Amino acid sequence: MSAPPATLSAEAAPARPPLLEVADLRVEFDTYGGTVQAVRGVSFSLERGKTLAIVGESGCGKSVTVQSIMGLIPMPPGRITRGIAKIDGQDMLRDQRIDGKDIRGRLVGMIFQDPMTSLNPTMTIGDQIAETLQVHAGHSHRRAFARAVELIDMTRIPEAAKRARQYPFEFSGGMLQRSMIAMSLACEPSVLIADEPTTALDVTIQAQILDLMADLQRDNGMAIVLITHDLGVVARMADDVLVMYAGEVVEHGGVDDVFYRSAHPYTLGLKAAMPSNRTDAAQELTPIDGSPPDLFAPPEGCGYFARCPHAMRACEATHPPAFAIAGGHDARCWLHHADCDRDAAQVYRR
Amino acid sequence: MTDASRLVELRNLTKFFHIGRGEVVHAVDDVSFGISAREIVGLVGESGSGKSTLGKTVLGLHDKTSGDVIYNGEKLPAKYKPADFQRHARVMQMIFQDPYSSLNPRMTVGEIVGEGLKLHTSLSGAQVRDRVGEWLRRVGLNPDHMARYPHEFSGGQRQRIGVARALVLEPEFVVCDEPISALDVSVQAQVVNLLDELKESLGLTLLFIAHDLSMVRYVSDRMAVMYLGSLVEVGPADRVFFAPKHPYTELLIGSNPEPDPRTERGRDATAIRGEIPSPVNVQPGCRFANRCPKAMDVCEATTPELIPVRDLGHDERLVACHLYG
Repeated sequence: MSAPPATLSAEAAPARPPLLEVADLRVEFDTYGGTVQAVRGVSFSLERGKTLAIVGESGCGKSVTVQSIMGLIPMPPGRITRGIAKIDGQDMLRDQRIDGKDIRGRLVGMIFQDPMTSLNPTMTIGDQIAETLQVHAGHSHRRAFARAVELIDMTRIPEAAKRARQYPFEFSGGMLQRSMIAMSLACEPSVLIADEPTTALDVTIQAQILDLMADLQRDNGMAIVLITHDLGVVARMADDVLVMYAGEVVEHGGVDDVFYRSAHPYTLGLKAAMPSNRTDAAQELTPIDGSPPDLFAPPEGCGYFARCPHAMRACEATHPPAFAIAGGHDARCWLHHADCDRDAAQVYRR
Repeated sequence: MTDASRLVELRNLTKFFHIGRGEVVHAVDDVSFGISAREIVGLVGESGSGKSTLGKTVLGLHDKTSGDVIYNGEKLPAKYKPADFQRHARVMQMIFQDPYSSLNPRMTVGEIVGEGLKLHTSLSGAQVRDRVGEWLRRVGLNPDHMARYPHEFSGGQRQRIGVARALVLEPEFVVCDEPISALDVSVQAQVVNLLDELKESLGLTLLFIAHDLSMVRYVSDRMAVMYLGSLVEVGPADRVFFAPKHPYTELLIGSNPEPDPRTERGRDATAIRGEIPSPVNVQPGCRFANRCPKAMDVCEATTPELIPVRDLGHDERLVACHLYG
């Protein structure tokens, strides 16, 4: 099959460039076993006040994608080989200085999965939050600490003034994650990146943290990039969804499009693998058999080919482009090619 | 609520940890309930609610502070001696949460899965190998993997090794302590379906400990909800999930995000306030009273008992709440 013209989604061009813009990002890591192509051409954009959820299983490149934006990829062994990432028009990939002039920390805040290990155990919570302001905003310690107390209070930690003088070990997991949020918001960033922020927390605390993030977003209009593997969290938080598989975006669209009009077999597979509590939904769990491809030598064709129940001959040989399904909704799957015989695709099961 | 038909019966089971300076952690406090043969009971609750301690105490991995575990009519010892483990390991086993730390990295898969057979049966080396190979196949691994080490496997494969290790002796009762929490969604379904299938073919009875409420509802026949060392509600899994009676169960289920954007948009802000308190030196009264939106004066003073509450047209429900007193 000859490569068809790539019908990439033609989104209406906004009057000004989007707040966060990532295009054709490629990241590699050198290891003993060879070079891992962790991220293989990821593009997305995000507007102010909106939340983009990035979903996918371990090793799909979702964390590496956002770490590149934050300048957190260790180089070497890591290497950003292509692509751009801009926030408010400022390049995030080229300038890797970490000092007071560094735009990271001012434009972007980040919170991590495990608040226990991402905070310094030898510094009080208040000092750690204050440090951000001292470095980036040039505040005096006294002024920065006073602001830290306000931020702790804003994340609904009771007795903020007392808590600011305590150490991480005196905090519960939920309180630590609130402190991380307080720290990430210290410089009033326009983008908050949250990498599995609630995975280590109980559902009750997860609900509180998600509510807090949504409330803060409503107040200050920041954009949120939320990395998670929990489709429940996606449904609760996201405006847009990016489904990643084997270092690529396989489906991208509004949350309703991706959930109710899923266009990529991997998205469908993820949904079928988790229990639904809707009475009208299927009650059997269907696992996705097999495992993701080896990214030392990514397959020539579709990355999902080996696990896909709809795989066709074309999928093995030719890499699928992103096909537009509807406005702002696209999927990287040959099933959406105009010439694809859908019935044949259903029948041709490996 | 003692019932002779139960395979496993917990009677006022209590496990306290003394942590010095007169402080006592009430990890499991006066828990009574039963598990019938071939039943899957899901045990849910927040971290620190005592779920794992309960599971381990039932199997004798922790000594009991007081109370009894009756297995098949036989009272199990309060403190296990090596001979007790030797005797009970054949019928009771455990699958652990973390497939990374629960497999000895210096042992091959064949040694890990075969160890139980060597200790508890008189099978020859060749027979052990055959049995291990058969079990590796049963859990969806290749028998040729016997000579490999745990680090050569993915998380889902390791959890299958843990399943094979627990089931190779063909036990009757298995405690699964968060067997899927560390796994990816696509792999969780594989392990859950495997457990379900083995439950059918071996007639297993399972205590399934997890914090993923949707998964527990899917897997379990009955669901037990634990809070700060005590059971607050026990009943048919669907009923507890869709029609919770205890205010804590209601709030817990209400915080569970559904993979359905329309449902989530219609959801109110979370009602549950605060966090689970410390289980050290727990005072009398309902443990949930300080976070409960429906708390009354009586809740502060008196500990509610787990009592049967009518759920018309459905099986027995037990609730520990003064609202139903």
